[in-house]
Amino acid sequence: MTPVVELIAARKRFGDVEAVRGVDLTIAEGEMVALLGPNGAGKTTSIGLMLGLRRPTDGQARLFGHDPADRRARSRCGVMLQESGTTGVLTVRELVDLFRAYYPSPLPSERAIALAGLEAKAGARAWTLSGGERQRLYFALAVCGDPEALFLDEPTVGMDVETRRAVLESIRALSAGGKTIVLTTHYLEEADQLARRIIVIDHGVVIADATPREIKARIPSKRVSFSAGAPLSDAIFQGLAVQSLEVAGLRVRLLSHEPERVLKTLFERGVTVEDLEVTGADLEEAFLSLTARR
Amino acid sequence: MTAPFVAPLLQMLLAQTRCEILMRWRVPAFSVTNLALPIVFFVFFGLPVAHLTRGDGVSLGAYLLASFGAYAVGNVMVYGFGIGVANERGMKVDRLMRASPLPPLVFMLAKVLTALVFSLVALSLLIGFGIVVGGVHQPAAVWVTVIARLLAGSLPFIGLGFWIGYWSGPNAAPAVANLIYLPLSFASGLFVPLNQLPDFVRAIAPYLPSYHYAQLAWSALGAGKEPLRESLLWLAGYSALFLTLAVRAYRREERAKFA
Repeated sequence: MTPVVELIAARKRFGDVEAVRGVDLTIAEGEMVALLGPNGAGKTTSIGLMLGLRRPTDGQARLFGHDPADRRARSRCGVMLQESGTTGVLTVRELVDLFRAYYPSPLPSERAIALAGLEAKAGARAWTLSGGERQRLYFALAVCGDPEALFLDEPTVGMDVETRRAVLESIRALSAGGKTIVLTTHYLEEADQLARRIIVIDHGVVIADATPREIKARIPSKRVSFSAGAPLSDAIFQGLAVQSLEVAGLRVRLLSHEPERVLKTLFERGVTVEDLEVTGADLEEAFLSLTARR
Repeated sequence: MTAPFVAPLLQMLLAQTRCEILMRWRVPAFSVTNLALPIVFFVFFGLPVAHLTRGDGVSLGAYLLASFGAYAVGNVMVYGFGIGVANERGMKVDRLMRASPLPPLVFMLAKVLTALVFSLVALSLLIGFGIVVGGVHQPAAVWVTVIARLLAGSLPFIGLGFWIGYWSGPNAAPAVANLIYLPLSFASGLFVPLNQLPDFVRAIAPYLPSYHYAQLAWSALGAGKEPLRESLLWLAGYSALFLTLAVRAYRREERAKFA
């Protein structure tokens, strides 16, 4: 069967910057894939290549076996982009109906509006929507054509917790209904909740392509910081599952995906711990450690 | 799969045109300037002299209605495309459109159809106003000819509008459109008949697109200064020039944004 997306040794250069540096990936029908990476990693450029918004400087991009700019390919895709706008003087329903007309067999408008949770705003003009509502409008525009594949670039940016959960629920339901879904995010948690496959991109290359469980094991997910009761020698940290370690006087900061075991070992080695904080690691930091190890 | 693979182009075109018309209608910057401004100008420059007859026997009121009609259609085209396209670029509407199955040509054709609809409405309102309020009378066939010629000959201004839209930014576009279109209209004798303008203006007028464009309407009244074929040749030349510039600006933008 023809894959939905194929990037073959794809490269994209903007002036002096090479945003995508040789990406090979194939996404099959029905997959739910998250492209995960820090800001500026090349996620948006990769989506742009998949959709034919950008031409690869080198290598190839195919969408449903066609050139991605081909209308036959585009008619099978719904798209939600970052940094795209729409005409503010049209209402939500008018815009949804407009986008439905672009597709051969669209959903009923009401269904698309409901999937985005915008029933109460269907008659509102787009410029009156809040940031989160506007994101939901873009989601409605992406799904209204009932396309086989959905490309969602940072779909939940700017949404409050409640609507974010509702949209993620819609995405999950669409995936369960057999749609191919490609989304980008810089939240590991979001990728983990949704996707069965996570492709980690950093500095324009794929650094991991695996299940969420495998990825999580490789990315330090917690930041631990504390003050030691007395100066610590390097030997204290020997053999610990620690990805990044900073010691400044008595203050210790480290990244780990097994904070409990690290702390237990430190206690066993007689370290006194004060002002302990364990937080979810900032993904940017986590990636730094991941790429630094390569 | 039994469903068709792509949506019919006509369906896309109709939906797109419907939305373009709604958009223009709801933005007063377009609808008011497009529909009301020509009438306001006619009230100032035309009404006081509408009852007079020109030296060539043509009603001055009808002549000025034809002049402001030419101004009105060019206005719809230059401002609609110039400011409209520049604004959409500023709001990044083009990015989402670009990723959708809508072909760019259908997107543009919808804009052209919309502009023609607005031009038709603008001309009907202006001429209707001239007839009812100004008491200007011509056979219906003459008015129909004036309207048909002005709509059919508007291509150079579509090109000029697209060029401004792709070449200038959203903030600069209104200024650029005004700086180009108002002097062009004035110097072509659309506001004040040419014989009342300074010599140097009369010397350059025969080289301007709006001068030859207005000839289409003036000659329908019997007040033309050149054969129809000559007007059409000039307009074809200007169409080629402006459309070439528009396509170049469009391609440059394409390369920058989507290459």
